[in-house]
Amino acid sequence: MVDTTAPTTTAMREIEPSARPRAVRKPRGILVPLWLGYVFLYLPILIVVIMSFNASENLFVWKGFSLRWYPELFADEKIMQGLGNTLIVATGATAIATVLGTLLAYGIQHYTRGGLIRAFAIAPAILPDLLLGIGLLTLFSLASVTLGLHSVILAHGVFATAFVTAIVLARMANLDPSLEEASRDLGAGAVRTFMRVTLPQLAPGIVAGALLAFTLSIDEFVIAFFTTAPTQPTLPIVIYSMVRFGVTPEVNALATILLLVSVVTVIAAQRLTRLTGTTR
Amino acid sequence: MTSTNHPAAPAARTVRRGLAPVPFLAPGMIYLILFMALPVGLLAFYTFFKRGRFGGIVFEFTLDNWVKLFEPLYVGVILQSIVLAGIVTLLALLIGYPMAYAIAGLSPKWRTVALVAVVLPFWTNFLIRTYAWILLLNNAGWVNQWLQGLGITDAPISMLYTPQAIVVGLLYMYLPLMVLPLYASLQQLDPSLREAATNLGATPWRAFRTVTLPLSIPGALTGCIFVFVPAMSNFVIPELIGGGKTIMVGNLVRDQFFEARDWPFGATLALLLTILLVIVIVVQTAVSRRLTEGPRRG
Repeated sequence: MVDTTAPTTTAMREIEPSARPRAVRKPRGILVPLWLGYVFLYLPILIVVIMSFNASENLFVWKGFSLRWYPELFADEKIMQGLGNTLIVATGATAIATVLGTLLAYGIQHYTRGGLIRAFAIAPAILPDLLLGIGLLTLFSLASVTLGLHSVILAHGVFATAFVTAIVLARMANLDPSLEEASRDLGAGAVRTFMRVTLPQLAPGIVAGALLAFTLSIDEFVIAFFTTAPTQPTLPIVIYSMVRFGVTPEVNALATILLLVSVVTVIAAQRLTRLTGTTR
Repeated sequence: MTSTNHPAAPAARTVRRGLAPVPFLAPGMIYLILFMALPVGLLAFYTFFKRGRFGGIVFEFTLDNWVKLFEPLYVGVILQSIVLAGIVTLLALLIGYPMAYAIAGLSPKWRTVALVAVVLPFWTNFLIRTYAWILLLNNAGWVNQWLQGLGITDAPISMLYTPQAIVVGLLYMYLPLMVLPLYASLQQLDPSLREAATNLGATPWRAFRTVTLPLSIPGALTGCIFVFVPAMSNFVIPELIGGGKTIMVGNLVRDQFFEARDWPFGATLALLLTILLVIVIVVQTAVSRRLTEGPRRG
């Protein structure tokens, strides 16, 4: 998952009108599998979106256009409680991750030689979420920590930190080191250089990392499933029990809104990464 | 902080300066040690002890949990998970490769758009994407409606709650994770290599087979790991679109924690899963190192 953004950013960096020789002839049929792939990826989502405007209560029969499920969604207490919990968790986890991830990335880039600390910092992004989830459950239980939103925040902070670290590290590699050297040559200390020279240059990357950490935390299910109290479900846990015990068309409306939020966030993060990509 | 005294030190990047790294590295490292290394270590430790009567553990050393893994029931579930995740990975490779190849061949502007289009579904809620397949595969669902509308079948075909549905669900979930690393390795290829092949008279297919394909294997292996790893431990898809009839390792772990209340055995299963994944990653790294060092030097 770490790499979900990395290749796209390589693509951006490489936008320079560099050599792409037209010499190799490309058969037109090459785009067919791509379009088929998109049909596969988008058809299910499209159906959910269309059905969110369905007048009927039947999930499988279209009975004309209606917006009725949207107000019903906002009247649903369980969903609203889940949404509130999710926002609290995502905000907390993002705050932890943004601070720790940025510091870690800076420390790793400037003070470590080998990849060991780097690998350790990014490990939570690769570790199976199931392992992290039950591991944290056993830890909290051993330490007699009552489960609740605080435990989910701490848990989500772990993988969110890994993502922020990875993204800020990637941005940092693009910065011009001579600016920092200049700052040090002029007598600024490590902390001052970091605050006045490095941080402003990294800002777009940090914001992109924070946005991704936030989105990931909103969507995260498995870890939250193991580390929260049944009375404090996050939104994905509410959706899980809805899908498990009988779906109402509200789910379609909820899905459509979440989809919209994700699209906006991803595009915003994309723009920010592009920003840092060009200011190298 | 002590580094203020040495403003002229060259090559700031690699020099260790006393306590300077501490304020940057310590907070994050302490956090990750507490909430990642410690929990995982604790699980590893628990695998050698007995279960408590109502969950939790009793500190009496035993190897029973590791022996239990070899009972036919559990061996069966583990093998079934490997087979299902393997099929998913293979299908993702077969579908993802042409997609990544087509994207790498687009103009830079369209490449970005095409890539974002691959990533976007991945950023929509995991459970919602699972739910979408319930809408599609249900007996009254859209696929059955289309099949009947087109006169292909008369009666609905049972698609939901089958192992095939699990494969489709997992494939749908993780396909973007295959396309991205494949694309990354394909677009890094020096186009002049393929050009040279064509100039020397190779047909496009031969140029692809002898130049592009071998050089993209490391990317393909990374993609396979990105798909295989989460597919192995997923327990939501087998439950929601597999109907709980086909059990994978993830389901077993979850059930040990929440139903059987056998935490030590659940921990053992989860650790086995992780060991398997580490083996896969080590093999992948070794293979791609050999591959990239081989042809490029020669």
